[in-house]
Amino acid sequence: MKTHTIVLNVNREIHMVTVRSADTLLYVLRSKLGLTGAKPGCLNGDCGACTVNVDGWPMKSCLMLAVEAVGKKITTIEGLKDTPIQQAFVENFAFQCGYCTPGFIMNCHSLIEQHPDADDEKIREWLESNICRCTGYEEIKNAIKSVLNKD
Amino acid sequence: MLSFDFDYYKPVTLKEAVQLLETLEQQEKKTMVFSGGTELITLGRIDLSITEAVIDIKDIQECRVMGLNEKNLVLGSALSLTKIEKANLFPLLTKVSSEIADHTARGKITLGGNICAKIFYREAVLPFLLTDSQVIIAGAKGIKVLSIHDIFHEELQLEKGDILLQLETEKSFLGSPFLCIKRRQQWNSGYPLITICALKVGNEIRVAISGFCPFPFRSKVVEEILNNDRLSLEERINTVIEVLPGPILNDVEGSSKYRVFVLKNLLREIMMSLKVEV
Repeated sequence: MKTHTIVLNVNREIHMVTVRSADTLLYVLRSKLGLTGAKPGCLNGDCGACTVNVDGWPMKSCLMLAVEAVGKKITTIEGLKDTPIQQAFVENFAFQCGYCTPGFIMNCHSLIEQHPDADDEKIREWLESNICRCTGYEEIKNAIKSVLNKD
Repeated sequence: MLSFDFDYYKPVTLKEAVQLLETLEQQEKKTMVFSGGTELITLGRIDLSITEAVIDIKDIQECRVMGLNEKNLVLGSALSLTKIEKANLFPLLTKVSSEIADHTARGKITLGGNICAKIFYREAVLPFLLTDSQVIIAGAKGIKVLSIHDIFHEELQLEKGDILLQLETEKSFLGSPFLCIKRRQQWNSGYPLITICALKVGNEIRVAISGFCPFPFRSKVVEEILNNDRLSLEERINTVIEVLPGPILNDVEGSSKYRVFVLKNLLREIMMSLKVEV
């Protein structure tokens, strides 16, 4: 089938949506569900601006078809409420233009959840998945470390 | 979002997948077996890949196997690279895998997807070439078990209707000393200028290379020269350069002359680090 009516679990809400097989998760989140926090950047899996969280792990939503997301728990930046990493981004000035910020926060949030004892090498490895054109990497790293140290 | 439409199927059994592939091919539908799917999505976006049907194999249990049996390590083709890295059952593969793309993308890229990729680096195959692994393939005629050397020539030579199921590696290789070096033009992630993997088995060294030619390879001739103790280290390296397959890549990542220069240094580093007698 070229189109499918699927059920997506996004930010703990159930959505029934009709999609083409060829629609990426990013497109469906933004254009069908109105969740515009995940940003379109390269659309090629390079920049990480579209990063969401799927079953606890970061996922570039431009690299996933919406039909692949059936049965999974998807969290977008809209689904994060007052998390320590969001506060840490503010306190550490970890953004400038802000376009990459939702993707970075989703990746950092997953990192903190998966590796609460992450060392510098682990942080470096995970942060390589996202690009900040304002080059705020140092501040982003500081934001992660401030959350890890608090825990 | 891709500009072309295709049918999407997600079978849960191998039998169902094989039958589906056979049926779609009888209908002359261009069909793609899909696990991570990153290549269809990225190349399809710029019209470099197109399909009329997709068979997503990641719910098939046999494609998700990861474990050791009496003799072998068995890895399913639909395992994501991050799953393989996390389990770290094959340290050489962990090292190669951890340098492919970036961490988030590796959560989507699969072992089989990388080995069968159109983009020619296919670095995940290097550890399997070095360890004379077996490739398990499912098709309409049943399951085939083939030496990787019989089926991987520049790329995996799958026949119509075949699905890459698993790779099997003898346990005895998993602890062998190894070195894997990925040289990029710049930065820490992205495509390689050259990736070289070396494995020391007994006193002999094996090497497999990606990014030097437009295909990954392991060459017996190269290894015979590297292990020839009648030659000095420099003689071995200079002779190896003469017998490498071609063409040598000459692209935006680096000129062919620069690649030769880098490869010579990499071979020297490998021979010294793995303490090959010279």
